[in-house]
Amino acid sequence: MGDDMDIGGASSSAVEDFLKETSLYLAPDPEIMENHGLEPRTAYEDQCIAKANDPVRLEIVRERILAGVNESFEMLENMGAAPGAKWGDCVSAVYTASGDLSLASSGGVVIFCNLVQYPIKFINKYWAGDATVGIKEGDVFIVNDARYGQAHNTDQSMMMPVFHDGRIVAWAGATVHEGENGAIEPGGMPSLAEQIWDEGLKMSPFKVAENYKLRRDLVTFLQNSVREPKLQYADMKVKMYVCRRIETRIHEAIAEYGVEAVVAALRMNLEDTDAEVRRRLSEWPDGTTRHAWWTDGTLRENVQIKINLALTKKGDELTFDYRGSSPEFTNRSNNSLDITVKGMLAQLFLTFIWPDIPRNQGVLAPMKFVFDNPSVLKPAFGTPNAQSMMTVFTAWSAGQVCAMKFLYSNPKKYTRVLAPWFNMINTFLFGGLTQHGEMVGNVCADINGMGGGALADRDGEHGCAPIFATMSDIGEQEFIEEEMPFIQIVSKKMMRDNQGFGRQRGGMGYQMVLAMRDSPAFGFMLTAMGAKFPNIPGLFGGYGCPTYPLSRVSGVDVFDILVKDPGSFRYSIEELMNERPFKGAKYTTHPMTLGYTLAKRGELYMISQGTGGGFGDPLDRKPEDVIRDLDEDLISHDVAWRIYRVVYDRDTLHVDTEATEEAREAMRRERIAKSKPFDAFCEGWVKDKPSGKVPYYGSWDDRSMVHAGSPDALHPAGQVNPPVIMPHPLQVKIDRLEAELAAARKKA
Amino acid sequence: MKVFITSMLTIDLDSERWECASCGHDIGSARDNYKKGLLVREREPSEIHAPILDAKEYEFTFAPDPDWCRILEYCCPNCGHLAEVEYLPPGHPPAHDIELDIDALKAQWAKREPLEKPALGPDFVAPPHSH
Ligand SMILES: [Zn+2]
Repeated sequence: MGDDMDIGGASSSAVEDFLKETSLYLAPDPEIMENHGLEPRTAYEDQCIAKANDPVRLEIVRERILAGVNESFEMLENMGAAPGAKWGDCVSAVYTASGDLSLASSGGVVIFCNLVQYPIKFINKYWAGDATVGIKEGDVFIVNDARYGQAHNTDQSMMMPVFHDGRIVAWAGATVHEGENGAIEPGGMPSLAEQIWDEGLKMSPFKVAENYKLRRDLVTFLQNSVREPKLQYADMKVKMYVCRRIETRIHEAIAEYGVEAVVAALRMNLEDTDAEVRRRLSEWPDGTTRHAWWTDGTLRENVQIKINLALTKKGDELTFDYRGSSPEFTNRSNNSLDITVKGMLAQLFLTFIWPDIPRNQGVLAPMKFVFDNPSVLKPAFGTPNAQSMMTVFTAWSAGQVCAMKFLYSNPKKYTRVLAPWFNMINTFLFGGLTQHGEMVGNVCADINGMGGGALADRDGEHGCAPIFATMSDIGEQEFIEEEMPFIQIVSKKMMRDNQGFGRQRGGMGYQMVLAMRDSPAFGFMLTAMGAKFPNIPGLFGGYGCPTYPLSRVSGVDVFDILVKDPGSFRYSIEELMNERPFKGAKYTTHPMTLGYTLAKRGELYMISQGTGGGFGDPLDRKPEDVIRDLDEDLISHDVAWRIYRVVYDRDTLHVDTEATEEAREAMRRERIAKSKPFDAFCEGWVKDKPSGKVPYYGSWDDRSMVHAGSPDALHPAGQVNPPVIMPHPLQVKIDRLEAELAAARKKA
Repeated sequence: MKVFITSMLTIDLDSERWECASCGHDIGSARDNYKKGLLVREREPSEIHAPILDAKEYEFTFAPDPDWCRILEYCCPNCGHLAEVEYLPPGHPPAHDIELDIDALKAQWAKREPLEKPALGPDFVAPPHSH
């Protein structure tokens, strides 16, 4: 006993075993969750690499396994029942025996599988040696609790060990953005969540299948906990068979090339990626780029939330330092876990900067991350994170801007420098009873229609792809309408003047004008930032996106109108809201943060997808490009003149080149005349704290001190005391109305 | 030798100076914040992102809220080209957004060929047509 109590030396494992066996609760393990790097090589991997190390042969094996993974991804997309699966918000992948992500499918969402490394490592560490659990061939595990390793709780991952001769040689994994998960609101991303217990299912990694068969008792329990029981069961089967297909393909590769080659290929893929990323980072200049951005709400109230990034590159390493960002919101869902930030940034490099690099977690091995703890990007264990996208997407865009400022000067590039991609989920979530009597809760595929950023020599792509999945789909509207009780009366039509202006302009976002029909109970919700402060900037003199409201027309049934007086309908948000064609209807605008709201037949809900950022000075845009946008009704005459200063004949659109150059030169002179030197400007501009007109969260000029809602609530970062607890918005409203009432009574 | 740091800013490694990529105007020491050599103007956000919905009727119009957001435009004092646009809450200190290790940059470029113009990166090649 005496020896066992000695923590040093060999006996420490006995203490660890004792603690492991007597733990009352196996929470996420910081040792696993804090490490985004590669696991050390195992002795078995060393043996395999000693036997199989011909890079050409390993590449053949790698491609062979990747083909199997891509095949499994096709299965996932085609068989998956969740809308997210149908439109590419899913992924499948192979992991090493230790749990490192080695090969992700070529399509799909890399962040999802990047984060599955954590639950696999948890299973390896805690369940493998546990007599009540264990890991056997044919077992399948499931997880959805983001704190054990998922992008958010609306995703569900299944993981299957791949055995050879009684030894785990790899893991197969499949992840789908399932949507519904039994949270306080339908659809899996509850903005109303004030506690983690409002977020629905909390699946820590557990075994849900044995001998390749789902345990029906456990499946029933999960079905019993969500609004879409059929979906829950269907997609568990799909994910299990996707894992099984990967297992089959790995077994075939082992049969053909030997187990050593397969194990070595998976391991070397990681180490080679790490080495190549270090080589590429060495090509960047050394230094620091900085970018701060602000989101404008928690989804419950409009407040200004800072995301602060200093990106330092030195030698072959890169450090993301997010200190000075907002404190955490302890009873709001807009906090993001740090693993989610890291996983998203892996996606930045693997799809936007080095798309030719193998899709695995080796890309993050040369990178470090620094956060205030706790903060909005590294919340405490009990803090909700169901709407992590509200802050992680901004953190991602800050990373994109900072990386581009290192990248532009590089003589050797692997893809082109890009202005910021649009980054917010300007899409409807929906829930309720369909025309077929099914209960549903999910998200429209328009989430995938974000506008692309402009390039140095090319405009951005319209409604292109989300920042988290470059190969995804915005879905077939007619197909959706067969299943769901709402129509997009205006769909995929670009929103005029919704443009990131620049020498090259951002790819634009389209309008969505929705109305519900054919359901006794169906509603919509919206969970997007950016109605007060734009979501993204431009690059190198280009402008960012505008702000985006929700527009509503209520007290009307447009389906009746389309029958009785179809000529009165207008096919754009601009015309519907500014011309107000329906007598007696109510026209209102709101931030895009609609809590779940039951819809009435024929009332209009209208939003626009966002535009990517512009690149370079708009006065350098070729006049013919401006005219093309004008001709395509992407911009108005106002923008053609006010922003681009192009002189042309309004009837023929014929450009007066000379007058245009004169007008542009005059505008450049006007800029100079109306501007001040930087230091003189700053004397008048810079204030020592926020104005107080807007609740402000995060640092101002000194990143070690953060504001917690007001100019004078200033705390050391990570030590905000009392912590930020937001009042209930309805209570705020009641308090205000009661005060007004009291004042009115006093007067009377 | 000139290094193209952004599409509007170069650094001359021999003189260690920021320069305007458009007109060559000297902007300041490469070891300092380039913004110090530029001119700055504050814009109401609606001057750029004009309301698309009638601002007399609606609170949210597609134009950013000036209590939340202002736009700073940085231009070359000589040619007036925009070098950078910064979105900030009113009164927030501007970022020192590009701070490079000039000695490391010189060492890096000592081994490289000078560029005539910025390298754009690989061309987009459409996948082969097949169906
Ligand atoms: Zn100039």
